[in-house]
Amino acid sequence: MKIAVVVRQIPDLIEPLEVDGSGTAFDLGSASFIVNESDDHALEQAILLKEAGGATVSVVALDFGDVDNTLYTAAAKGADRIIKISLAEEMPPPPRAAAALYAEAIKPLAPDLVLVGVQAHDEWDGGVSPFLAAALGLPYVGVICGVKAGAEQGTISVCKEFPGAVMARLNVKLPAVLGIVGAEQPPRYVPVARVRAAMKTARFEEQEAATAASAPPAGSISRLYPPASGSHAEMLAGSESEIAARIAEILAQKGLVK
Amino acid sequence: MSAQDVLVVAEIQRETLSDVTLELLAAARGLASATGGQVVVLVLTADGARHAPALAAADRIVVVDDALLAAYSPEPFMAALQEIVVAEQPRAVLVGATSIGWDLAPLLAARLGAPLVTGGKAIQPDGDGLRVTASFCGGKMLAEIQVAASPAIVMLLPGAYRPATEAGKGELERRQLAASIAEGTVRFDQWVLPAGGDVDITQQEILVAVGRGIQQKDNLELAEELAQTLGGAVCASRPVIDQGWLPATRQVGKSGMTVKPRCFIALGISGAPEHVEGMKDADLILAVNTDAKAPIFDVAHYGVVADVLDLIPALTEAVKRN
Repeated sequence: MKIAVVVRQIPDLIEPLEVDGSGTAFDLGSASFIVNESDDHALEQAILLKEAGGATVSVVALDFGDVDNTLYTAAAKGADRIIKISLAEEMPPPPRAAAALYAEAIKPLAPDLVLVGVQAHDEWDGGVSPFLAAALGLPYVGVICGVKAGAEQGTISVCKEFPGAVMARLNVKLPAVLGIVGAEQPPRYVPVARVRAAMKTARFEEQEAATAASAPPAGSISRLYPPASGSHAEMLAGSESEIAARIAEILAQKGLVK
Repeated sequence: MSAQDVLVVAEIQRETLSDVTLELLAAARGLASATGGQVVVLVLTADGARHAPALAAADRIVVVDDALLAAYSPEPFMAALQEIVVAEQPRAVLVGATSIGWDLAPLLAARLGAPLVTGGKAIQPDGDGLRVTASFCGGKMLAEIQVAASPAIVMLLPGAYRPATEAGKGELERRQLAASIAEGTVRFDQWVLPAGGDVDITQQEILVAVGRGIQQKDNLELAEELAQTLGGAVCASRPVIDQGWLPATRQVGKSGMTVKPRCFIALGISGAPEHVEGMKDADLILAVNTDAKAPIFDVAHYGVVADVLDLIPALTEAVKRN
């Protein structure tokens, strides 16, 4: 089986995001970037499928943020090919245009299965995974949290999440694109030594992005702002023991301490 | 139908109409009232008009009844949805930000070349277009988005609107599609229900919920001790479940359980919309987070800016003393 995986860089929300002077975009100058969590799960799912039944795993990424580190880590985890798409612009394009760039790189691979994180937190105008499916002309199903070989050749069995810890098991005829929300196990930890080894041996296949793909405008942001924080909660302050005593008092007043 | 109308995609899961559908109807009513349009709800089903009485808040209830729509699979649903939207040409198509919505809305936008906004919290007319307030970056940012093109596809977060109560005209229309829909290459097999035997967190009066701030599995012991002291149970946000530290039956949020305990103590949970969706109706919400701007404080009644690993032991001791 040939599997392609898309991995994206997103701002790390550990650090506060700043809005630039226009009030309509992020100032990412001082932001740090991490791999999109659901893409990391998509990669883990691909590696699990490779380990279970043999597969070639190709990882595709836009050259942005700290992508090299992410790609070397992917190689250390077992990815066979790494394709890095260089960008003419400073920032990655919005999801629909990004999907067109990924599709350009993925099409020649003729994959049986394309795995992409179902969502990235910095997108307000759609998910790359269904747009990629549309660009590749392949069937799509998302919010998937487990993938296994199907009962019939050329099929897979997937679990789609629903509320209440309920899942729908679906049979998918390949080729297809899946929007992954979680792998069957947490993304594996790779020791730094293995990543460093991958830095010496892994080779990136670098591709130039074609002229910015045309995509219909999703809309425009007229204002970007953090929600009013603390607008509802009464904030408790003091030492740990004082706060703890106050919470215990609140719980007791509500009849919640037995 | 006119270009001022608003089309709502009803969502049916395991033969039950999802709550989000009535919330979408409320959003649609606000929009349609301002533009002089009608509210149209589309029901993709194999159950005929069974759900129509619950959808009386709409002016028109368009039912596409086909055996292939009995259980969700993307291709038959997309084919039916696309045909109806193309025929109706509404100003906006409202879809829930749900498991099904995350398939249908982007695919519809891609097929129609239509604009798409996800994470919608509020929607209003803006000239010939729409203005959508959308939440993203895990609920830490809001954007005011102007969408000019029509139809615009907008995914609204569950809980963004109160369910519609006002009755519409409620006219039922059974619609035949121009072409029969095909089964597709993604096929429903079966429902997989959660394994029994674990604590049912939906029945607990007190929940101690942990998120990323708990840092590692061993630290769950602290939360367990607090929960035991309070006579409650431990639950978690998605990142903890994804790590395999707790079973999926303990997950609170969009893909997990919706809980309404008397007390919900959120420890190291930032408050992403997907989590808040499952716990916002708790009687008392106490939140502890190191980030004073964490969205969880917007739904909490009491908040503390602190490291949970420092506060939990102190809180457990304080409760024991009480």
